[in-house]
Amino acid sequence: MADNVVFHFDVDGEDFSSAGGASVTVKKKLRQLGISQEYIRRVAIAMYEGEINMVIHANGGTADVIVSDEEIKIVLADTGPGIPDVSLAMQEGFSTARDNIRSLGFGAGMGLPNMKKYTDTMEIETELGRGTTITMTVKIA
Amino acid sequence: MQDYKHSVSLDVNKCKGCTTCLKRCPTEAIRIRGGHAVINSKRCIDCGECIKVCPHKAKRASHDSLDSLNDFKVRVALPAPALYGQFDNIESIDYIIEGLYRLGFDYVFEVAGAAEMVSAYTRIYLGKPGVKKPVISSACPVITRMININFPYLSDNIMPILPPIEVAAAVARERMQAELPDVSPDDIGIFFISPCTAKVSYVKNGFAGSKNNVDRVLSMRDVYFRLIDVMRDIDVPEHTASSGMIGIGWASTGGESSAVFNDKYLAADGIENCIKVLEQIENDDFTDLDFIELDACSGGCVGGAMTVANPYIAQARLQTLKRYLPVSPNRPQDTDVPERFFVDEGVSFDPGLLLSDDRNEAMRMMSEIESITAELPGLDCGSCGAPTCMAFAEDIVKNETSADECTVIMREMFHDYLARHKGTTLAEEYKEYKGLSLKEKNGPDGTAASE
Repeated sequence: MADNVVFHFDVDGEDFSSAGGASVTVKKKLRQLGISQEYIRRVAIAMYEGEINMVIHANGGTADVIVSDEEIKIVLADTGPGIPDVSLAMQEGFSTARDNIRSLGFGAGMGLPNMKKYTDTMEIETELGRGTTITMTVKIA
Repeated sequence: MQDYKHSVSLDVNKCKGCTTCLKRCPTEAIRIRGGHAVINSKRCIDCGECIKVCPHKAKRASHDSLDSLNDFKVRVALPAPALYGQFDNIESIDYIIEGLYRLGFDYVFEVAGAAEMVSAYTRIYLGKPGVKKPVISSACPVITRMININFPYLSDNIMPILPPIEVAAAVARERMQAELPDVSPDDIGIFFISPCTAKVSYVKNGFAGSKNNVDRVLSMRDVYFRLIDVMRDIDVPEHTASSGMIGIGWASTGGESSAVFNDKYLAADGIENCIKVLEQIENDDFTDLDFIELDACSGGCVGGAMTVANPYIAQARLQTLKRYLPVSPNRPQDTDVPERFFVDEGVSFDPGLLLSDDRNEAMRMMSEIESITAELPGLDCGSCGAPTCMAFAEDIVKNETSADECTVIMREMFHDYLARHKGTTLAEEYKEYKGLSLKEKNGPDGTAASE
């Protein structure tokens, strides 16, 4: 029984070009731990989508990845505008991204649905004007 | 797992431990230890970046010498298409082919010809049902090894068809044995003329368990300098080239892809770009693509570490040379890919990054790495001998170095020590130290010591 390993990242909301970087770092770290590839891929995708969302909608935030014997937990927290209607936001194709973001290939309305699809559990805590915290887990045992 | 054999070597006497290669190695395989570079064989992908950037020419590609022609009675040359782009002002490729015969080769089989065969087989393979898309080219050995070590999830995407070098070697060997039934197969030597170090390693290690038909790998640079001598005397070439536009196109980025005859492809070059593309494919970002060509060297094979010409100049020359050539005269008539051109086994995962085989131990080490990294300055200066502060933290935890190698922390410690124990500052100590050394040099009274 090993102690949990925690990775913490500050996701910069100012620099869109750096978005997705934490996901790549986590991928490398999980490989070093010998986590199997399928789990790594799911964590990387969920985290990537979450990171992009935080940059597009919330001016950045923090990402924490906690690895335990049983699961990999991803906690994405921001102090952005919050999500007015979570069930609407969870629908595939629903997007509030601006045109300039869409022209980059983002904003297809697949972010949250993909995060749910690739993880075993996902909880969204959100408050308008205060921010959003999304907690996802991928079971590895 | 057997140790992977590499083709990058270091001249310890020339290496100054300057950290240039340390910083440029895409897999963080290099460390500076004891004043010179050391390559971690488990992480090295033979991309040759360190050879290209070394300001002291201390990194070298190991390859066979031209003297090795004497090892065989019958010598077959397999020139990579990049060779054709090395020469200035030649009218046709025939001069190069003729030159190779004059250098002592008995037979020349163009790898460009084999590349046309592989292109035809790729088109067939892409049309097969159940093939995992996007299919990644198997031609660049740096990329296949990179996937092997860092992108195991993508190993099934690598096209399981032999790369042109191997198809060329197999076909050339068959032809020679058929033409010369009295010669022992051991007396036939197949010489690949290579633009890059990775192909040297490829031949040493084999590809996915396949038998290797290449006997020696020559440096394109060595062959080039010998060829320009003999080519000068050629009036009318007796031998002629037989490759077409598609085969020669393989020498630079996009050539292999365009031969797929399908616009659902991506072609990238330069190892850093290739890594970024692989990262994204792993996240399922390119589900609409059929084919991915990744060339570790900028410009493609013409950018290899053993070439002579600038890759973009070479590419421009190739454009001129392939004009008015037939499209693909070497395409096979097969309707399916012959069994013998498939690799014997899949590319296997080689976990070069693993901290420990024991998960608990790996997790303990990772926690330690994280907490050490938080204490480090984050300058990634390389003075400790590791490319980044995080790599340094990993090395400390793996007991490969010690924390006091960090010069930034040492400087802070020194500051602190002086303030507490001597009441001086570093600047004062520095002045005194410099003053002393000046006095020592000039004699005790400070005047220049002269006779």
